[in-house]
Amino acid sequence: MPIHPDLVRLEQVSVRFGRQETLKNISLSLHDNCITTLIGPNGAGKTTLVRVVLGLIKPTSGNLWCTPGLKVGYMPQKLQIDKTMPLTVKRFLTLGAQNASAAVLEKTLDQVGAQHLLMHSFHDLSGGETQRVMLARALLRDPKLLVLDEPVQGVDVNGQTELYALITAIREQRKCGILMISHDLHLVMSSTDHVICLNQHVCCSGHPARVSNDPSFIELFGRSQADAFALYNHQHDHCHDTHGEVIIDHPSLSEKEVTTRA
Amino acid sequence: MPDFLLLALFGGLGVAAITGPLGAFVVWRRMAYFGDTLAHSALMGVALGFLFSINLNLAVMVCCVLLSILLVALQKQHWVATDTLLGIMAHSALSIGLVAVSLLDHIRIDLMEYLFGDLLAIAPTDLLWVYGGGSVVLILLWRLWNPLLAITINEELARVEGVPVTRVRLLLMLMIAIVIAVAMKLVGILLITSLLIIPAAAARKLSTTPEQMACIASALGMLSVTGGIWASWTFDTPAGPSVVVTSLLVFLILYTLPARRSSS
Repeated sequence: MPIHPDLVRLEQVSVRFGRQETLKNISLSLHDNCITTLIGPNGAGKTTLVRVVLGLIKPTSGNLWCTPGLKVGYMPQKLQIDKTMPLTVKRFLTLGAQNASAAVLEKTLDQVGAQHLLMHSFHDLSGGETQRVMLARALLRDPKLLVLDEPVQGVDVNGQTELYALITAIREQRKCGILMISHDLHLVMSSTDHVICLNQHVCCSGHPARVSNDPSFIELFGRSQADAFALYNHQHDHCHDTHGEVIIDHPSLSEKEVTTRA
Repeated sequence: MPDFLLLALFGGLGVAAITGPLGAFVVWRRMAYFGDTLAHSALMGVALGFLFSINLNLAVMVCCVLLSILLVALQKQHWVATDTLLGIMAHSALSIGLVAVSLLDHIRIDLMEYLFGDLLAIAPTDLLWVYGGGSVVLILLWRLWNPLLAITINEELARVEGVPVTRVRLLLMLMIAIVIAVAMKLVGILLITSLLIIPAAAARKLSTTPEQMACIASALGMLSVTGGIWASWTFDTPAGPSVVVTSLLVFLILYTLPARRSSS
């Protein structure tokens, strides 16, 4: 495996809110040209960890090291913009990058497949369009590290695959480091280099295939989720219905939908 | 036109010019009740001003700023829901102000003047406060426009992009405090928030960018002030409430008009 320089390094970071310890002893590093995915059950501290990396929360103990002058692009889980604020996509983008020229705006929107939305009202966007526009805003900063908090939230299943493909393409093109949170373990497997399985502490981490066979992973997510990976790893030439029966002649039901329900 | 009408018009137009853009933020950030709470506390400032014989405008401003800092601090404690907290503080502050004013036995204060304002009794020194305070607010708004929009959309995103969120938020509260202090004499404690909210809400109907909404809100506010003063002069009605009623009419007219096809 090629060695990439560290962008951010966490050393034995713990975060405590009151008496509750949200993160225990986390050590990890994020690299150039590498997609790191955080997975874990609800309340595992995924968002807290991301906020530590972003510098929004100071760790209670431990160290956070950052490449000096590191430019970070951040895509929050969701934006709640009051409808009383008239806002076009263009104005939304220029808020993040005030000096961006029209050409740069269009090019970036084009890259995320949202070029037609420039003059649209931000409030009229669909879930997938909103995510793409938010991604464009993060990219406009020309980041060395891209942090995505559940980038496919509120997006339908087909859109999710497309978004993950887009994120992979962005990594290929920009060679930036990417840290993302995901619930969609099976969907994200093919597009991630490194998986960190979090439940307050790091349960296990490493290459996706290795993590999915790790006993602590199976313990955390149960047999069914772990099996989902096994299901993913083999080549499908058929589909399953929600009970796992093989369906013939049903090409529209895609594999990921099956594994979601498996 | 009599001099006092001209003074009232100048004062009112000055206030409307700043309540437009600031009101837009109050609407976007859902701070209507927050603004109202600060306005209610203004009477406490008046009482304190008399007690320590300092300038009333200054006393009100200081009182509003202190209260808003207290409010933000209490909000973080999560003892009660924010609207409950605001309700407690608004009416307590107003009552403390009323009690304090009644205890100042060497001074008789015309309460009505502070509660509902007296646009037609405006003095040239009040105009100085309106235009002085107004200029400070406009300069701050102009300098902070993008950061203010950024924190209104998402504070964490703004912080990651390098906006000093806490400072910008404090400055926004300071601006609201200034507006309350300078507008109190004109429209009164109980009606100030309406000048912030109604023109901005009406302007939403006509705008597609935040900047448009801010400018149109100013224009609609100025229109309401002019209309209100005219009505007050013509029908012999109280000036402050007449301005508010006019702005309500503007709002209703804009919202009952058929939607423009191009608006989004």
